[in-house]
Amino acid sequence: MTPRFAAGDNVRVRAREIATHCRTPYYLRGKRGVIVRGHGTFPNPEELAYHQLGVPHQPLYQVAFDYAEVWGKRERNTVITADIFQHWLEAVD
Amino acid sequence: MTRGVHDLGGLPAGPVDLGEHDRTFFDQRVDAMMRLLSHPTDGYFTVDAMRRAIEALPRDDYFGLTYYERWVRAMRTLVVERGLIGADELERKLAALAARGGRP
Amino acid sequence: MAREHAHSRDDHDRDPHAPVDESHGVRADSALLERALRELLIEKNVFAAADIQRQIELTESRTPELGARVVAHAWADPGYKTWLIKEPKAAIESFLGIDLNLTPELVVVENTPKLHHVICCTLCSCYPRAVLGIPPAWYKSPEYRSRTVIEPRAVLAEFGTRLPDDVEIRVVDSTADVRYMVLPLRPRGTERMSERELAGIVTRDSMIGVAVPGAPRRQTKVSTTKDAGLPT
Repeated sequence: MTPRFAAGDNVRVRAREIATHCRTPYYLRGKRGVIVRGHGTFPNPEELAYHQLGVPHQPLYQVAFDYAEVWGKRERNTVITADIFQHWLEAVD
Repeated sequence: MTRGVHDLGGLPAGPVDLGEHDRTFFDQRVDAMMRLLSHPTDGYFTVDAMRRAIEALPRDDYFGLTYYERWVRAMRTLVVERGLIGADELERKLAALAARGGRP
Repeated sequence: MAREHAHSRDDHDRDPHAPVDESHGVRADSALLERALRELLIEKNVFAAADIQRQIELTESRTPELGARVVAHAWADPGYKTWLIKEPKAAIESFLGIDLNLTPELVVVENTPKLHHVICCTLCSCYPRAVLGIPPAWYKSPEYRSRTVIEPRAVLAEFGTRLPDDVEIRVVDSTADVRYMVLPLRPRGTERMSERELAGIVTRDSMIGVAVPGAPRRQTKVSTTKDAGLPT
């Protein structure tokens, strides 16, 4: 699967509900961030967790989030990054 | 929105305990067995499955057990799930060990 | 580096690196379960006792000293530093002569005078074990996992680490298949140190990002907890 995003792209983490294993932390759901880098593609952990093959491999990105965006209050010079799979990200203009 | 017991980012918590805790023999063996069982090429389940099994622990267990105690419970779930050990067989073994006082 | 070689609470004659008595703090049902699983899995030839031992030895062989040597080499050799940041696993394999083939992807994040990284894993305990060894207990604690992403400066202060307000703190949550290691900022005044001496001031905690490396001729954060007024 060719990566959809590149460094510098504005994205938003989908505000999805999921009851099964996933690696998108609750605190980042629905938050806007910027792609720092692409890490390449990996099998989907949501499927690997249940003994499935996790194919097709999903692109994974390091995404940077401004503190205020994540927590709703200001904190100088603080950024949080997390590694998020492509299927959890949507483009933001 | 539901939130897994393990999904801790941003939750209130107290000071970090900075004490360096030596690993016990128990810790070392559990760690080693898990690595063998979840080996990328020679294993029986993935690290992701291990995480999923830990995340499924009841809240009291997740916060009440030590790190490797959680792992050994996840290992139990997964070896049975993968058919490496039968559930009944494991129960019989546990009963037999308990009857011997659990001592070597 | 005193914190990283904490001695057993009781026995000062005991080898400080040997595991403590296995009955310490392990519930009876956990110990029983471990033994039952181990004996059955060995009986069924899933693995052998020797495999367990070999794995323990392999795990124990990875210590923060590996990472410290890599950092020192990167500080001493700008060309290596560039390679380390661009292709971390290849550069580390080449320098240390270890095989990282089956280990997760690794990213080395560089601290600068204006940018300080701190690594965490809010969801579990993902950690660059291949170059730093086993994570410290605090890294895996609910407190560290919960608070680092929301109050990193307060968490760092508990480690005795205070950074100027104009330094950006970048909290790196290792949420997926990539592991992160910090390339700490080389302290001023270390220009004449040999690579070996440099490796001696690169602590595990500085490669996680909760501390900075020590200045020359000063022990790194030996009394951090005392300085913070907390019990040791």
